[in-house]
Amino acid sequence: MKNYTIQTHNLSKEYNGEAVLKEINLQLERGRIHAIIGPSGVGKSVLLRLLNLLEEPTSGEIHFDGKALRENNRLNLHRRMTLVFQKPALFNTSVYENVAYGLKVRKENRSSILEKVKKALEVIGLKGYEHKRARDLSGGEKQRVAIARAMVLEPEILFLDEPTSDLDPRNVAIIEELIKYINREFKTTIVIATHNMFQARRLAHEASFLFKGRIIESRNAQEIFTSPKDKRILRFIEGKMIF
Amino acid sequence: MDYILAGLKEAFRLLFSFDRGTYTVIFLSLRISGIAVLLASCLGIPLGALVGLHKFPGRGVITTLLNTCFALPTVVVGLFVYLFLSHRGPLGMLGLLYTPGAMITAQTILATPIIGALSLVAVKGVDPAITKSAISLGATKVQTTLTVLREARVAILAALIAGFGRVVTEIGAAMIVGGNIKGTTRVMSTAIALETGKGRFELALALGIILLAVAFLINTGLYYLQRIRE
Ligand SMILES: Nc1ncnc2c1ncn2[C@@H]1O[C@H](COP(=O)(O)OP(=O)(O)OP(=O)(O)O)[C@@H](O)[C@H]1O
Ligand SMILES: [Mg+2]
Repeated sequence: MKNYTIQTHNLSKEYNGEAVLKEINLQLERGRIHAIIGPSGVGKSVLLRLLNLLEEPTSGEIHFDGKALRENNRLNLHRRMTLVFQKPALFNTSVYENVAYGLKVRKENRSSILEKVKKALEVIGLKGYEHKRARDLSGGEKQRVAIARAMVLEPEILFLDEPTSDLDPRNVAIIEELIKYINREFKTTIVIATHNMFQARRLAHEASFLFKGRIIESRNAQEIFTSPKDKRILRFIEGKMIF
Repeated sequence: MDYILAGLKEAFRLLFSFDRGTYTVIFLSLRISGIAVLLASCLGIPLGALVGLHKFPGRGVITTLLNTCFALPTVVVGLFVYLFLSHRGPLGMLGLLYTPGAMITAQTILATPIIGALSLVAVKGVDPAITKSAISLGATKVQTTLTVLREARVAILAALIAGFGRVVTEIGAAMIVGGNIKGTTRVMSTAIALETGKGRFELALALGIILLAVAFLINTGLYYLQRIRE
């Protein structure tokens, strides 16, 4: 039997009566990298917010470790996983305070926070940025701070929403290596939403193709692109997708 | 015309010779209003944060009440506080009437809705993604609320300044519940009224200048806070 961290059962989400996600049944295996792929506006970001328990589904359920949400403690779950937003919402404080935030709310001791933040900033190429104001950073720098802020928590599950959308090729490569490293070293389950199928192929073990609020195919990440069963995926690959 | 100039001259003399009586009034005024704003922020900021960040039944009613109380007539508040604190009133045994305590009570009632309503606007102005980020990074409810308040700090500070501006200049409640007793409850606004009534304009002008200066400082502060926000 496979070891699933998260399973969703007919997860649906409506905004003002309009269905955005429809009966999503996802199974996320522990320690793997999963890509959620699909064109713009299909509901990738909404799905990640639901999985991270930041919004309530209209119907359906999410199970963690095989247990329904009501059997779990919400704060505990929130402290086992974290989401890096598509548009990073940094706090209006220093870079250091931003990266330290999750550790501080967990009441870690100062010296260990100091060390972890320093290391994380080095890894993402923002060494010496501690005292800069987060609001003054460039888009790509902000995105990297948001990644560092999640990374220092060494979460069991890491959700990444288009983590490289604002980055240049060199930084894309650095972040992709980092994602693979985190998965390898800490056995972190990673869920990455991207519209870039090449990135999905480079990073993911499994991929789910989301189209108009439904998952139309969910498979091994290589196969889904080389031999997709659904014609719409083929059209997406060929760049002929009509929205 | 001469008596105005003479009054102004005397006013500056009072201020720059650090006249004891004048400064007693100034410091009493600042102290009473300062304490009132402190108390009002202890009530108003949590109230604003609660209403601004959480959905619960009665939320709309509280919002409307806060906005209504924003413009509470000061004499009406003075009257009610008087009725409660007078020796026949329900809180008469406290013996607070005609003490700074009574004035602090009245001013706290006046400042709380202002600070509450402006804090509410302040936390609502914070990007919802900030709240979600805090939760996603593992913050508890209280930690999330504190984070949002910290994000709104400039606007919250503006709320405090606005509250202070309202109570330090008001006269209705201060006169009714304080009684304008020299040395204990005579503050800038009540002293100006009294001295003007007696025809002694020097002290009234001196205090008027200070009060204007305080109002000017407050608005300068607000102006800079707004600039920081932009
Ligand atoms: N809070 C919201 N209120 C109303 N509608 C929303 C909300 N959030 C998302 N939507 C709608 O849900 C749909 C899916 O949005 P979502 O952000 O998940 O798309 P996406 O797949 O992440 O797209 P992209 O690749 O462009 O980021 C969109 O049509 C969007 O307008
Ligand atoms: Mg998105």
